[in-house]
Amino acid sequence: MALLELRNVSKIYTLGGEVIRALDDVSLDIDGGEFVSVIGPSGSGKSTLMHILGCLDSPTHGTIQLDGQMIHSASAKQLAHIRNQKIGFVFQFFNLLPKMNVLQNVELPMIYAGISGARRRERAMEMLKMVGLENRARHRPSQLSGGQQQRVAIARGLVNDPRILFADEPTGNLDSHTGEAILELFRELSTKGRTIILVTHDPEIAAVTSRRIEIRDGKIASQVDPRLAGLDRVATAPVAG
Amino acid sequence: MSFWNTIGSGLREIWAYKFRSLLTMLGIILGVSALVAMSALVKGMENGTREALVAAGGLEKIRVEPQYELPAHQRHLLDQAPGLTMEDVYALESGAPLVHQVTPAVEQYRYREPMVATYKGKTVEPFLVMGSWPAVLEINEHVIEHGRMFADLDEEQASSVCVIGTGIRDELFGEPEGDETGVVPIGETIYVNGLPFTIIGMFERYESESAKKEREFRRLNPQPAEAAGPVRSRGWGGNRGGGHFIFRMKNNTILIPLSTMMLKFRGMNGISSTGEAAPVRLSNLNMKISRIEDLEPAIQQVRNVLMMTHKGIEDFTFRTQEDWAEEIQNVIRNARLSGGVIAGICLIVGGIGIMNIMLASISERVREIGIRKSVGATNLDVFVQILVESTVISVLGGIAGIGTSYALVGLIASFTPTDNSPVVTLNAVSIAFAFSVGVGILAGLYPAIRASRLHPIQALRYD
Repeated sequence: MALLELRNVSKIYTLGGEVIRALDDVSLDIDGGEFVSVIGPSGSGKSTLMHILGCLDSPTHGTIQLDGQMIHSASAKQLAHIRNQKIGFVFQFFNLLPKMNVLQNVELPMIYAGISGARRRERAMEMLKMVGLENRARHRPSQLSGGQQQRVAIARGLVNDPRILFADEPTGNLDSHTGEAILELFRELSTKGRTIILVTHDPEIAAVTSRRIEIRDGKIASQVDPRLAGLDRVATAPVAG
Repeated sequence: MSFWNTIGSGLREIWAYKFRSLLTMLGIILGVSALVAMSALVKGMENGTREALVAAGGLEKIRVEPQYELPAHQRHLLDQAPGLTMEDVYALESGAPLVHQVTPAVEQYRYREPMVATYKGKTVEPFLVMGSWPAVLEINEHVIEHGRMFADLDEEQASSVCVIGTGIRDELFGEPEGDETGVVPIGETIYVNGLPFTIIGMFERYESESAKKEREFRRLNPQPAEAAGPVRSRGWGGNRGGGHFIFRMKNNTILIPLSTMMLKFRGMNGISSTGEAAPVRLSNLNMKISRIEDLEPAIQQVRNVLMMTHKGIEDFTFRTQEDWAEEIQNVIRNARLSGGVIAGICLIVGGIGIMNIMLASISERVREIGIRKSVGATNLDVFVQILVESTVISVLGGIAGIGTSYALVGLIASFTPTDNSPVVTLNAVSIAFAFSVGVGILAGLYPAIRASRLHPIQALRYD
C-alpha cells in the first residue's frame, strides 16, 4: 500500500453559477520516501491538489488514503490532527507568525500536539540546528532574510516528524541563489528518506525531483516516473483517466 | 493546546497591542468600578440608616400619636375626641399584655413650642424637652453616662430635675477640646423657660459609628484651629457632628419627669364643662413588644384598648419603625437598582467594546488563524484562543476596575456625610468581578465562533 493513494478524486466549485472542475477524476499513488514535484501553470489545479492532499480541503468526490487513514471523509477535527501529525507545510510566503520569535514559530505545531514546554524547546532547537539557524532562535521573522525565513518554515514543517512535507512554490519568493540553497536542502532531506511533494509552476525547479506530475485543467496531463520505465531512463507515460 | 499556553498567548497578544488593549479594558474598568462604588455607596447609606433606626428605638417600639384628622365618618365627633391621656396608659398597662413598658410622654418640640434653657447667660433652644417616665430610657434607647436617671420618686414628687444630652451641655457649658469626658455639669442648675432644674444626669454622646471614628481621629490628630471670625449658629441643618438627624435630636434633648412637665409647663390645659380640670393631653405613648413577630397582634390589641377608652373615636395613629425600615429598604432597593442598571449599562458598553476589538483583531489576524490551522490547530483551539483573549482583557479590566473602585470610593467618601460613608463589601467586589468575566466571555463568543469557522485555505490566502 502506497503512503498516499488517490482514487478518482474531483473537486468541483460553483463560482457565480459556473461549475469549475478544479480537479477532475485524479488517481495517483505516492510512496514513502518519494520526492515528487507537481507542475502546472497557474489555475491548473495543482494548488487544489496540494490542499486536498494536505488535508486543508476535502474533495467533492473520490477517496484518499494517507498512511492507512481515509481522509476524504474525515471530520474537521480529524483533519486538523492529521495536519498536525502527518503533514508539514512550506509556503511561498513563509507564513511565519510575525509576533513570535523563530523558536516559538518552530514550536507552534508541537503546542497543538500537546508536547510539554521543555521537550518542545529541545526539539525546536534540534530542528533549527538542522537548518543552520540555531543562533537565530530569538530573532523575529522580520529580522531574517527570505531564505532564512524559509528555513525556519521548513524547520517548523518537520518539527512533528510528519510523513509528508508539502512545499508550495517554496522558492517563488526568493532570489535564484537562495532558491537553489533551499532546493538543495529539500534534496538533502529527500536523501534522508523524507517524502516531499513540491508544487511549482517552474519546470526547472521541478527538474530536481525524480518524479514529476504535470497537472493541466484539473487532470494529470503527464507523468515522469522512474518506476514506470526502468531505473535508468525516465519516460513520459500517459495517464489513464 | 494546553490551558496555560492559551492564556500565555492571550497575554502576549494583549501586550503586543498595549494601548488598544488598555482602551478596550477601560470600558470594563469603568463598569466594574461604577458597580463597586455604587454598591459601596448604597451599603454606606444602609449602614447609616440602620444605626439611626436602632437609635430611634429599634423595630420593637410602637408609638401611638394623636391624630387630629378623624376618619370621614367620625368628623362630627371631633369635639368629643379625648386625645391621648393618662387613662389610656393605665388601660394599656392592664389591658394589653403583648406590650410592656407603656410610657407616656409630653414633648415640647423646638419647632412647635420653643423653650429656652439658660445657664449663666448662655442660652440654648433644646430640640426637645420631654416629660416622661423613667422607662423612657430604655424605650428611646437612651444611655446615661454620668449621674443618674430620675426615679419614680422624682416622678411622684414632681421634682425639678432634668437629664440632658451632650448637645445641651456643649451649648451651655462649652464643648471641651480634646477631652473625652468633657465638662460633667451634674448638680448644676439650669433654667428652662425661667424655671430652675437641677441636672442629675447626662446621656452619652450619640453618634454613628463613622462619626465616632472621625471624632476619635480628630482627637488623636488635632487639627489647626479654624480662622477666627464671628461665631454664629449655623442652625440645625448644619453639621454639628453626630451625623444623622436622629443623633442630633437625641443629643439636644432635655428629659424631665412627666409629672414635672405637666405641673410646670402644661398645667393650664383648660377647664372642662363640668368644672374639673381637663386631663392633660399626652404627646404620645411609647411601648415595646417582646418579640418582633408580635407586632401586628400587639398593634391590634393596643387599638382595641384605645378604641374603648376613646369611645370608638379613632383619634390616634400608630407609628412603628417598621414603616421606616420598610421605607429604608425601598430607598435602598431603588438606589441599588438604579446604580446596578447604570453599572450594568457600563459593563455592556465595555463588552461591546471588547467584541468590537476582538472582531477587528480577528480580521487582522485571518492569516495567522490560517497558519495556526495549517499546522494543526483545531476549530476548538482557535475558538478557545479568541475566547481566552477576550476573557483575559476583561479579567484584567475587572481587576483594574476593582482597584479603581477603591480610589473612587475614597473620593466619594470625601464628600458624603460621615454616617453614610461608603463601604466596599467583598460581595460587591466578587459580583463585579464575576460580571466582568461574564461580559468578557459573552463578548468573545461571537468573534471566537467566527474565527474558528474560517476555512484554512481562505484564511491562508487572505492578505
